[in-house]
Amino acid sequence: MPKQQANWSPYDNNGGTCVAIAGADYCVIAADTRMSTGYSILTRDYSKIIQLADKSVMASSGFQADVRALQKVLAARHLIYQHQHNKQMSCPAMAQLLSNTLYFKRFFPYYAFNVLGGLDSEGKGCVFTYDAVGSYERVGYSAQGSGATLITPFLDNQLKSPSPLLLPAKDAVTPLSEIEAIDLVKTCFASATERDIYTGDKVEMLVLNANGIRREVMELRKD
Amino acid sequence: MMKIDFSGLDPSMLVKGNAEGLDDEILAAPSFKLPVTVDFDGFQKAAVQMVKPAKGTTTLAFIFKDGVMVAADSRASMGGYISSQSVKKIIEINPYMLGTMAGGAADCQFWHRNLGIKCRLHELANKRRISVAGASKLLANILYSYRGMGLSVGTMIAGWDEKGPGLYYVDSEGGRLKGTRFSVGSGSPYAYGVLDSGYRFDLSVEEAAELARRAIYHATFRDGASGGVASVYHVGPSGWKKLSGDDVGELHYSYYPVEPTTVEQEMADVPIA
Repeated sequence: MPKQQANWSPYDNNGGTCVAIAGADYCVIAADTRMSTGYSILTRDYSKIIQLADKSVMASSGFQADVRALQKVLAARHLIYQHQHNKQMSCPAMAQLLSNTLYFKRFFPYYAFNVLGGLDSEGKGCVFTYDAVGSYERVGYSAQGSGATLITPFLDNQLKSPSPLLLPAKDAVTPLSEIEAIDLVKTCFASATERDIYTGDKVEMLVLNANGIRREVMELRKD
Repeated sequence: MMKIDFSGLDPSMLVKGNAEGLDDEILAAPSFKLPVTVDFDGFQKAAVQMVKPAKGTTTLAFIFKDGVMVAADSRASMGGYISSQSVKKIIEINPYMLGTMAGGAADCQFWHRNLGIKCRLHELANKRRISVAGASKLLANILYSYRGMGLSVGTMIAGWDEKGPGLYYVDSEGGRLKGTRFSVGSGSPYAYGVLDSGYRFDLSVEEAAELARRAIYHATFRDGASGGVASVYHVGPSGWKKLSGDDVGELHYSYYPVEPTTVEQEMADVPIA
């Protein structure tokens, strides 16, 4: 009898799309609420977004079991940080923590494609985008997940911000107002839903600004 | 003679002593979790296919009479998809040492950050800055110990120490080479062509910067995995300084401006009948 190979994979892809846009004094983080496996929909009402600190919100698509484990590790580390330092973690600090957490599973990666959004210590919007093993950079906007290849070119066209690497340095955050940015996000998801089978049902948007955090939900096509 | 028991000073022991029920795993010094599988290599290959970590690049560095010139592009690709056009591939380890990123973006970022920490600890322990040779050796030894596990790092450590300008190439196979001219990445053959033909030891800082910029531009022109912004840094006796960051699309038109041709002019002049 020929040697049988194991064909069980520890990973699965639950699909979904996440987007984040940074503004001068706000940040929008959005994700759809559909969770799928293969061609089946497991649920239409699953949140991929978690608020890690009062100024840091993470949205993750990919394998939701790994995403949930990652969220728990980060929440626990943030709690310890609060006990040790008597303050909340800043968004750039949380960004590096997420990078290190992902890299420590370099040889058995979290199958999670993350985007972290929030406000930095000056109150400016910041968005950090990650790959699955922890490489990250601060950007003006980002999309991750199954609909990312559909949304990113659209955001490049609407929001194309000068690269932070240019010298003389130019600001990377979008000059759009908060309302315009939210409208743009809704447009992104409505369009991605049309052409990506894993994106749809509802889009959940969290908006962080100086006044706090606000949540908005919009219905999307359910087919 | 009885050995002195330092276990009370061990930071992880201190915490364990106080808090029962606190998860040891979260507080212990982090170490890499490995998958429980008989075929580690096969698992890594499958994982790389699935997560598609960001890579692809052109970086270069060379020593000349006024120090070290370091330049890189800024594109990261995941398979055939451009995941970013603004990746920082020149990593500032400390104010007088730079590292370049080629290969796996996460691997380079993480190990350069780790190297920066080790360099700082060396400074605190020895009351003097670490040499470029020492820093590159630290990195090379770490990467050698992970040899065969699938790390992808092709980096150059450039700096200025007591011996003057220093440049080392270090990779994830465990190789470490001292040299005066290196280019690493998928676009390196193109960059070498321009760099080697234009190189002289007695270049001025502006000439050297322009040579580095051109070499990166030509690599981005011909290599699909390189592009974005060409960054150029100079490392001198007082540390590194970023000299320029230019979008390579715009560099193309500044090097090769479009001349209006006579045919176009004729067409513009034809009146509407």
